Amino acid sequence: MSLPRSTGVILAKELRVELRSRELLSTTLVFVLLVLVLFSFTFDPTSAEARRFGPGLLWLGLLFASSLMLQPSFVREQANDTLSALRMAPIEPFAILLGKIASNVIFLFFVELILLPIFAALYNLAVLPVLGRLLLVLFLGTVGLATTGTVFSAITAQARLRELLLPLLLFPLVAPVLIASTEATVGLLSPEAALDRVWLVFLIAFDVVFLTAAWLFGEYVFEE
Amino acid sequence: MRGDLTATTKSNPAAEVLWSVLAFAFLALAGYAALFVAPTELTMGVIQRIFYFHVPSFWTAFIAIATTTFGSFAFLKTRAMKWDWISVSAAELATAFLTIGLVTGPIWAKPVWGVWWAWDARTTSTFVLWAMYVSYLLLRTLVDEPERRALLSAVVAIFACLDVPLVYFSIWWFRTQHPQPVIGDGGYLDPRMTKVLLFCWGALVALFLIVVRQRYRLEKLRAEVDALRMEAERRGL
Repeated sequence: MSLPRSTGVILAKELRVELRSRELLSTTLVFVLLVLVLFSFTFDPTSAEARRFGPGLLWLGLLFASSLMLQPSFVREQANDTLSALRMAPIEPFAILLGKIASNVIFLFFVELILLPIFAALYNLAVLPVLGRLLLVLFLGTVGLATTGTVFSAITAQARLRELLLPLLLFPLVAPVLIASTEATVGLLSPEAALDRVWLVFLIAFDVVFLTAAWLFGEYVFEE
Repeated sequence: MRGDLTATTKSNPAAEVLWSVLAFAFLALAGYAALFVAPTELTMGVIQRIFYFHVPSFWTAFIAIATTTFGSFAFLKTRAMKWDWISVSAAELATAFLTIGLVTGPIWAKPVWGVWWAWDARTTSTFVLWAMYVSYLLLRTLVDEPERRALLSAVVAIFACLDVPLVYFSIWWFRTQHPQPVIGDGGYLDPRMTKVLLFCWGALVALFLIVVRQRYRLEKLRAEVDALRMEAERRGL
């Protein structure tokens, strides 16, 4: 089977599993919402302050959520040792990883789509005029988080204390994504509503670097 | 591991002691040079002498990180456990030298810049790098099976190495867009200062080589003990 087709099969399987339980999406959504509301107690959410801190809070919330949400990607496969079955399938090992990365991008992006209007309302930010560019930034940042997070969740699934280990490994690695997407979002929500090219190019570079790394080294992490 | 159950790693205690004594003498000389040979800096005064160990610690840490990264690639390519042993030995030293650098930095910064931590691109990205290495070492303690541990940590080390330039440039761009304390970069160095700096670096590299060698031997011995124990269990001893 070709890589795109086998990736599609894995992706469809991940989506089906999630659609049947819906546990990941609902918990993540409530989690980020809680984080956003709790953060508002740490400063006075006037419009100037919200413009300055809001994007950072949003991205920190998403970062925390992704470390929780990406965990089950591979842990779920362990209960019935289904990862071995996937490995035995006549497909490239990278397809398993890519399918899971794609499904995690979709899950996270879906959570962001629902959260965005709530975030805008809570912090009184005008997102509609910059919606297209904001979604682009959200998407690129999400690809970066999901790519590194999925590979690392495959790694931590094989370790003890994995719930603690994943954020520990992931957070320093995705510090550049956090900076770049926060700065890009701050630029978009500022009165000038400008998207800084530097950060856009940077996010694309991060995604390309780690998708390539996942392609080159990813299959080692679930080798038998 | 055929026949009798004996270890294969041999050691030469006299040589080990000799090398260690030489390295520590080198370090002591470096300490003397930093404190008494190098001229006192005009504006910063005596505190500037910490620079002779601060800067070389980072340089040595980068040698260690390069070694870990190389060892990780080599392990994935060859699957020889020795590359994993080299990687972990160098990674522990990288963490130690980064810690020395990160601790001596603020001691220097407080009297000179007025703040312990200036959030500039170099120190902040070094801190992120330090965090990556600490979590790399933590991951190693949480995976029990040696080959699995070697495989997983090799991938983490390679990802961390790829991330270093991205971390640096993101913080650098971030900082250049925000107001920050003005930090002088030394600029001109007295030739005697350069010589002392390089001498201290030499001493730290010697220390690195000695410790990495011992640490590698320890890791090898551990693997051997595990193999012997399994062999003994198999034979029902």
